[in-house]
Amino acid sequence: MSQPTQVDPRGLRVVAGITAAVLAAVLAIPSEPVRIALLAVQVAVFAIAAFVGLTASPYAKFHAAVVRPRLGPPAELEDSRPPRFAQLVGLTFTAVALVALLTGATTAALVATGLALVAALLNAAVGLCLGCELYLVLRRFTPVGT
Amino acid sequence: MTGLLVLLGALAGAAAIALLLRWKNGRFTTAAMPDDRERLTADQIGVPLGERATMVQFSSAFCSPCRATRVLLADVATKVPGVVTVEIDAEENLQLVRDLDIMRTPTVLVLDATGAVTTRASGLPRREQVLGALARAVEPGQ
Repeated sequence: MSQPTQVDPRGLRVVAGITAAVLAAVLAIPSEPVRIALLAVQVAVFAIAAFVGLTASPYAKFHAAVVRPRLGPPAELEDSRPPRFAQLVGLTFTAVALVALLTGATTAALVATGLALVAALLNAAVGLCLGCELYLVLRRFTPVGT
Repeated sequence: MTGLLVLLGALAGAAAIALLLRWKNGRFTTAAMPDDRERLTADQIGVPLGERATMVQFSSAFCSPCRATRVLLADVATKVPGVVTVEIDAEENLQLVRDLDIMRTPTVLVLDATGAVTTRASGLPRREQVLGALARAVEPGQ
């Protein structure tokens, strides 16, 4: 998953915006079946983006088909590795939330969803990749001599 | 009810983080008094030190502001005489990262002519922040 392909940074913001809307709906709609369905969709979308490729994500396809034609070509492209890592972090949090919800731990599920929402909001609003910010901190804990 | 509270918490948390990072990014701080500053050698950074100052950028693969930082520092280095810039892969130099207490990429250290770390900043800096940090690094007695 490390081929240094380039992606349209505006597409990343659109994808993050849709993600944030889905996660906000999970928190705002107090119905368990709706929450499970929305989280399952989001987990699947994150998994496609992280393991298949950013442009394979349904949200990215929406951007390519509907938004980009109205914006014109991007002024610059961005390395796809940081956003792809971010999709993997998002996948982890939403998968935890989905499992927690299915096992009846509703509060834990909502908190995990909230954390994923913070990351998606920051990505959509200011283009910040929260998972990337924490990456080096985590890497520092790995044993010396790697 | 819990869901709405978490939703409000997430909105407030995201806003707080965005404001904090806007304040923090590119803000150069002087960590130590001149006597106990860390000193880096040409061997450690892989290039000869600049005549007047050296900018050392720590980068990683999962870092979108690293490229813009590299472009800015390279441009500053060509315009300010006696100043060089070098980019170090944080993941390949984890011991150095730990020794220097680097938590984020990009982190930029400004070394004086002797290799002493005079000031540092994390996040994408603005041009005037870099120029200000360089001015302080080359000024004797700072």
